[in-house]
Amino acid sequence: MKMHKTVLAAALGMAFVSGAALADINVGVSVSATGPAASLGIPEKNTLTLLPTTIAGQKVNYIVLDDASDTTTAVKNIRKLVSEDKVDVVIGSTITPNSLAMIDVAAETQTPMISMAASSKIVDPVDDKRRWVFKTPQNDQQMATAIVSHMVDAGVKTVGFIGFADAYGEGWWEQFAAIAEARKIKIVANERYKRSDTSVTGQVLKLYAAKPDAILIAGAGTPAALPQKTLKQRGYAGKIYQTHGVANNDFLRVCGADCEGTFLPAGPVLVAEQLPADNPVRATAQEYVSKYEAAFGKGSVSTFGGHAWDAGALLAAAVPAALKGGQPGTPEFRAAMRDALEGLKEVAGSHGIFNMSPTDHLGLDQRSRVMVQIKGGAWQMVK
Amino acid sequence: MDFEIAMLLGQDGVTNGAIYALLALALVLVFAVTRVIFIPQGEFVAYGALTLAMIEAGRLPGTVWLLLAAGVAVTVLDGTAALRRGGGARLAAVVGWNLLYPLALLALLWTVPTAGWPLAAKVALTLAVVVPLGPMIYRVAYQPVAEAPVLILLIVSVAVHVAMVGLGLLFFGAEGSRTSAFSDASFTVGPMMVSGQSLWVVGTSLALIVALALFFGRTLYGKALRATAINRAGARLMGISPALAGRLTFMLAALIGALSGVLIAPIATIYYDTGFLIGLKGFVAAIIGGLASYPIAALGAILVGLLEAFSSFWASAYKEVIVFTLIIPVLVWRSLTSHHVEEDE
Repeated sequence: MKMHKTVLAAALGMAFVSGAALADINVGVSVSATGPAASLGIPEKNTLTLLPTTIAGQKVNYIVLDDASDTTTAVKNIRKLVSEDKVDVVIGSTITPNSLAMIDVAAETQTPMISMAASSKIVDPVDDKRRWVFKTPQNDQQMATAIVSHMVDAGVKTVGFIGFADAYGEGWWEQFAAIAEARKIKIVANERYKRSDTSVTGQVLKLYAAKPDAILIAGAGTPAALPQKTLKQRGYAGKIYQTHGVANNDFLRVCGADCEGTFLPAGPVLVAEQLPADNPVRATAQEYVSKYEAAFGKGSVSTFGGHAWDAGALLAAAVPAALKGGQPGTPEFRAAMRDALEGLKEVAGSHGIFNMSPTDHLGLDQRSRVMVQIKGGAWQMVK
Repeated sequence: MDFEIAMLLGQDGVTNGAIYALLALALVLVFAVTRVIFIPQGEFVAYGALTLAMIEAGRLPGTVWLLLAAGVAVTVLDGTAALRRGGGARLAAVVGWNLLYPLALLALLWTVPTAGWPLAAKVALTLAVVVPLGPMIYRVAYQPVAEAPVLILLIVSVAVHVAMVGLGLLFFGAEGSRTSAFSDASFTVGPMMVSGQSLWVVGTSLALIVALALFFGRTLYGKALRATAINRAGARLMGISPALAGRLTFMLAALIGALSGVLIAPIATIYYDTGFLIGLKGFVAAIIGGLASYPIAALGAILVGLLEAFSSFWASAYKEVIVFTLIIPVLVWRSLTSHHVEEDE
């Protein structure tokens, strides 16, 4: 027993020694590296290993926790990061429900937080709590607008919708239905399926029977391939649109020839090579792609990891200003960090150019999305 | 809805129902012989499908490592027992099946490029990797608590399920896979098109059901399993080893699961966690059969498949709700018609 106490004391002592390096900047991260959102969380987690370990001469420690795509775990993670690891800023989480739940803790402990989830509700409106919250992915609304504009230009009059029977599909349905109606596109069918479904024949037959000019599939990752494959099998000849949730190479692998000609909006990082030379995002997007592929293999990059990279870019840009406000590890530094993040201008990430303001904690504009078509099994930017 | 749509939905429902029927049979079998509610049944579907997908892609499937690890665990458990009893031949058999066999498979997959093999050989290889996991899991997780109450066995099942899903994510990654179809042919029967793959699914399911019926009716091992299911203590008195019955049952369950996975992989994208939901639907069918009747469970599975297909047409957002709500009237009807005897615990 005595032996145990000694070991415990030694362990505690070690913990204090490592915690005593106060000048280090501690960044707490909660990602969904397992569970349903794992295909988004894993590239984000990988990207974190590429982020700078020193910013403005200060050592940066990243403490990465997995929240298993679970809201309760995400809240537990941020509590632990703030109270035990004394982090100066939190990155996370991967998905909207987790990020929304983490806002309360971030605001209560006055810790700036950068979310990697898509919903605009995370940062809008910027109220007393959301003062502390920023995010890097484009709003669904921006992406839905891009799709509707493309449809209008292509002369689409009627459209069918099939989406996930969860927050992703519902969110898209709300945004897309409102924008499509405003642009006089008629929605003739509205169907749902689950990401784990093994068959969507029923839904596809109903879509097919409605004979729309185009069909929008609102799914994320490889599960979005199933409706498209079934549509092609039934001989649907109209235009098919996907959302930016499918923008990884696994989707191309699973969908194969059935996805030829599909349109989708995406962050410019997806087609970094094809961006015009004067595009301000081109250089940073290419830098991310080359670093990621060097570390994790050719063709492994996905747009989701780009959101983590952009969170790192925001940090790197904000830290020098924040250091003037106080020492890392203090409430003053955290407050200065928040102010610095809010004041960021023209920060180039892999997905766009960030211009934060007291009313806009996303800061992305039209430069943050491009329309992409799948051609010859690869992503092709639509000029 | 016109006749053509109804036929298409019916075809879809029967194809999925055939898979659910196989899983329902496996669940009924496992419960009857070992009293285990086998929640990880669905994981074998995913393991089978994804192992085949990895072999097709020319990569080393992670399930081989699991097979090796489980084999080592069984060797330690059974090997020490054999040593204590001084059975040299017994020890050789334990080491051979649980250590040398996985090692040989690993060596084969490691050195020989399997991507160019014909599909049938790849399927055989997949089954060779996944099926032995069944008896090994029984030996490691269930056999030590084989006499425990049903509730404890259920909790063990939950633990095995969670562990297998987690390992699945590790082995196969978060993204799904499809495999190439057994047959690209399609036939026109009257107004509708029948795909070759759905014929394969229904045909293989029927063949397997007939084979199982023959196995239970005609062979000694099959009769031993049936005897164990009817009266565990009585069967034991007649010299049937409950451990052997358990392993045999789990091997059949793993075979049925992996084969279902191989069959369904060309028509659906399979993920590391897809198996659970497929298994649950098989479970609904097994419940319809009262976890005891094979023919009613099989019919229930077809019903589940058809219900799923038609509800996805009429009310796609509520499809799962409709399918799983089916359990409630079935349970009410079951509890009204059957006289359940509380199990002694």
